[in-house]
Amino acid sequence: MKIEIQGINKSFGAVQANADVSVTVASGTIHGLLGENGAGKTTLMRILSGYLQADSGEIRVDGGRLELHSPADAIGQGIGMLHQDPLDVPALSVLDNFALGLHRGFWQRRGRIQRTFFNLCRRFGVQLQPEDRVGNLTVGERQQLELVRLLALGVRVVILDEPTTGISEPQKRLLFETLHRLAEEGLTVIFVSHKLEDVEMLCSVATVLRAGQVVGELRAPFDRERLVEMMFGRAVVAPPFASRCTTREALDIQSLVVESSRMRMAPASLKACAGEVIGLAGLEGSGQRLFMEACAGIRKAQSGHLVIDGVDLTNGRYRDYLDQGVAYVPASRLEEGLVRGLSVREHFVLARQRAGFLVDWEAAEQVASARIAEYSVVGTTGSRVEELSGGNQQRALLSLLPDSLKLLILDHPTRGLDLGSGIWVWQQLHERCLQGTVILFASTDLDELVDNSDRLLVFSGGKVSQPVASAEMSREELGFMIGGVNL
Amino acid sequence: MDSAIIIETVRSVVASSTPLVFAGIGELLTERSGITNLSLDGSILLAAMAGFAMAYVSGSLLLGFALAMLVGALIALVVAASSIYLYQDQVAVGLVLTLLMADVSSFVGLRYVRLPGPSVPSLSIPGLSALPWVGTALFSQNLLVYLSYLLVLGVWIWLYRTQPGLRLRSIGERPEAAFARGIPVNRMRMVYTGIGGALVGLAGASYSLCVKLGWSHNHTAGMGWIALAIVIFGGWHPFRVALGAYLFGALKSLGSLMQPVYPSVPTQVFQAAPFALMIVALLLVAGDAAAIERRLPARLAPLVRAVFQHGTPAGLGRRFEQG
Amino acid sequence: MNTRSAWTRLALGVAPFALTLATTAAILMAMGENPLEAYANLIGGGFESWAKVADVAISMVPLMLASAGMLITFAAGLWNIGVEGQMVAGALLTTWVVQAIEAPSAVMLPLTILAGLAGGALWGVLIGLLRTYGRVNEIFAGLGLNYVGFALTNYLIFGPWKPPGGATMSGTEPFPRSAWMPLIGSTRASWLALLLAVVAILIVYVILRDTRWGLTLKAIGLNATAAYRMGVDTRRHVIFALMACGALAGLGGSLQTTAIYHRLIPQITGGNGYLAQLVVLLSGLRAQWVPLVVLYFSAVQVGSPRLELRMLLDSSLGGVLQGAVVLFFLLVNGFRQRVGLRDR
Repeated sequence: MKIEIQGINKSFGAVQANADVSVTVASGTIHGLLGENGAGKTTLMRILSGYLQADSGEIRVDGGRLELHSPADAIGQGIGMLHQDPLDVPALSVLDNFALGLHRGFWQRRGRIQRTFFNLCRRFGVQLQPEDRVGNLTVGERQQLELVRLLALGVRVVILDEPTTGISEPQKRLLFETLHRLAEEGLTVIFVSHKLEDVEMLCSVATVLRAGQVVGELRAPFDRERLVEMMFGRAVVAPPFASRCTTREALDIQSLVVESSRMRMAPASLKACAGEVIGLAGLEGSGQRLFMEACAGIRKAQSGHLVIDGVDLTNGRYRDYLDQGVAYVPASRLEEGLVRGLSVREHFVLARQRAGFLVDWEAAEQVASARIAEYSVVGTTGSRVEELSGGNQQRALLSLLPDSLKLLILDHPTRGLDLGSGIWVWQQLHERCLQGTVILFASTDLDELVDNSDRLLVFSGGKVSQPVASAEMSREELGFMIGGVNL
Repeated sequence: MDSAIIIETVRSVVASSTPLVFAGIGELLTERSGITNLSLDGSILLAAMAGFAMAYVSGSLLLGFALAMLVGALIALVVAASSIYLYQDQVAVGLVLTLLMADVSSFVGLRYVRLPGPSVPSLSIPGLSALPWVGTALFSQNLLVYLSYLLVLGVWIWLYRTQPGLRLRSIGERPEAAFARGIPVNRMRMVYTGIGGALVGLAGASYSLCVKLGWSHNHTAGMGWIALAIVIFGGWHPFRVALGAYLFGALKSLGSLMQPVYPSVPTQVFQAAPFALMIVALLLVAGDAAAIERRLPARLAPLVRAVFQHGTPAGLGRRFEQG
Repeated sequence: MNTRSAWTRLALGVAPFALTLATTAAILMAMGENPLEAYANLIGGGFESWAKVADVAISMVPLMLASAGMLITFAAGLWNIGVEGQMVAGALLTTWVVQAIEAPSAVMLPLTILAGLAGGALWGVLIGLLRTYGRVNEIFAGLGLNYVGFALTNYLIFGPWKPPGGATMSGTEPFPRSAWMPLIGSTRASWLALLLAVVAILIVYVILRDTRWGLTLKAIGLNATAAYRMGVDTRRHVIFALMACGALAGLGGSLQTTAIYHRLIPQITGGNGYLAQLVVLLSGLRAQWVPLVVLYFSAVQVGSPRLELRMLLDSSLGGVLQGAVVLFFLLVNGFRQRVGLRDR
């Protein structure tokens, strides 16, 4: 199906997410939609797949005007979207998820559904067990399930939103192979990404969005420099990584074993020096989070030792960790880091006023206004945190941290931030290293890992590698280790 | 004890637990769709009163049950609508309705206090009631009891064997995903809350027209809370919810059997026991199933899972804004 | 609709009451009664004489204390249905003190106050432990314990604490005069009890507005995970919140015995624990509105028995008038939000 998007406008409050966007996608192609975070790609695709209604503009499919009021409408028109966070029901089985919305009959007819499911799986080389609980699958497997499901519904246009973020190298190859085959069969694939190499590898055409507008369209083979320029408008270059690592040992982790209700991790050991940055590589759910939570004192370790600056904190109270200068910055800022409904000022009282019965509002106001100026948070001390943008929430979180820290742990420190904000965050973090802070951070972005850390720990299915120097690692090697090879 | 006494005890436990089965299954349907209807205690009271009054005035049991179910459904719909369309907290609205409906039942029901009224007749099922042991205990009952058997089985089939049931499970677990698959989440939530409420109303009328005949102030007070706890205890699974209701009924009648045996134990102990039991039951299922499972021998794993695993619908109590 | 204009706001503020009066009038007329007569009786029952006004004033005390406590647990995001039990516990411990000790008023009264605070606080802690360490939802823990509390009261009244003349539903023997809260003139209202209630609501107001603890509780109520990450010991503060609420509610229960009934009776709370829930919801979780709402509730409470005497109606009409206002308040609020959203 040929899709013509014409003059789409969409605003959220004062923010214009799409401004007069027009894109034409030819039938049977893999069309890339490229742009950095916040460029408006997802908004446009949510309009195309019926989740959002455009303020103005129209969409034509094979010449006919498309009227969508819901995602179900879009599916009925043959347009299906695969979301970055798979939109499935984790509590249900693979087959239940597959069957949900598949037909309008009364009985489930599991036998027949299972046959359809197996047929599709075989056709695309997907291996999924129908009775597995979807919540126990990896993000890659959940994507495969969603793709198979959309195909069973007979979609002719598949939209994939950042599909390579949480999946392993082999899963990525399988996905790309599948997409190529779909295009050959005449399906239209729209591939949304901020990763140049993925678009280069897969797409025949790429449209670049920036700040809600179409900047241009290129055809394969792509001119990489031109793409970068179109994406960012200027050549954005992060300052090269300079290690602030000292020789003083500041962190000593010995055979730390952590477990959750779903996973028991193999023992992990790590010695780090003051000022060192350690990246935790791995697919989401490979154990990095358990490890970080144990290091932060949020989760008890089953065995092993954790010594920070000569103080044994193993299984101490969380409060002791905080007092020792350990801090944890979570990835989901509004869920775990900030309190929706409280103002920035109130956050400073909570995080920093430790003494006194009454709140010293004046002191809080002073600290808060000084800090948000220093961290260039766009907002006032009275703003509620949920009113801030994602980047400003991250800035606010960082501004709340104590001035001196021994160990700073961050889960995806630049998730959802645009490139400029990401670079800014890393400048702040590397400055902290100068004061001797050890930084542990998890990321699924290989570039971020390699470009910002001294050494890496690679996690795969609960196993942990020895620390490896990131300068000596190639992206490919790292990709394989994440997949569990040579760990 | 004599086997006849045991059979008779089982028979009365099953009969007296039947309203709890209705209320528990009703709330299960509501909560599976993602709405918490906390108004059960008040709903059951008002439905019991309304059902009795209607049956008393009209002389028709059927009209009594119909009115009770209507009352239950309407109250439940207030909870659902105020959450879905008016952004109000389900717990707040539910609690206010609990208190309000109890007072409404007392106020409106004053004229029907302690009047002799109609009751649901017994009806043995030919054939089945002749079965040894279980025949008398399970099949020499009244129509409501048989209806409750069918309801439990029917809801199980609905949930796990039909397409609409699958949709129901999905809207309570992840409404966003259900909506993406073309399911009108909020309309379905209204429908299931209404059905659930009607069953709660049925429970109320089952008290006043069958299990605890007649009407008086606070006639069924407390039973709604027990039913809510049973849904949690039963892990939102129809068989386990029914089992929870029967277990509760059994322990309660055990109490009344014990009372004459141990006259030195104050009667108040037996009055408070159901509610203490409720807390203990919730303490039991609150345990972390996975953690307990790992600490016990592997062959106990299925048992642990059966007792502790609870499938709280992930979307329970959470509003869903569609589109 | 412009939701900001003063007239609209006034209309929306009055709407819950208007709707309540309209629905109850409809019910009354359906029952063949005259609603105006019923309302007149209600108001007359509450305000026809100074003695009645004093009755209203004193019956405000336990409700105000329970509501003050509940503001604290509401801030922490807890549904504290267990306030009834907390009031019972305060009343029981007070009765025990009064029965165990013989002392002049100057000693006895402070002791009864302390007993009320302590009893309720302990009961609150019990709910807190069930909630934090037992992972039992506080609604069920509190509610279950309410029933336990009432059974315990009955047991004591019909058992160890029964009057020499034999146990009846009218409760224990009257307390000695030394355990009566000092009265205003010849009325039934006690100035000390009123003072305690006012002080309690002021303290809670300050706690929630200006103390670190108040802010901590708010953070827990809004996002317990994030609060914990910021270094708040959430479990401890949840238990503290229930303890503080329990203390205030327990004092309310204690005053039911020392300032109102002057003995322990089976239904010692008078349902004030449940009513407090309604009061706090109707005051929009704001301390400054609580006294006014409590005044309405208490006036209805004191006025409604007249319905039984004069019209042979059930006094639970009072409860209907209380509950319906809150229900309509929530619904009107929702309506306002809905319209407001559409405007934007």
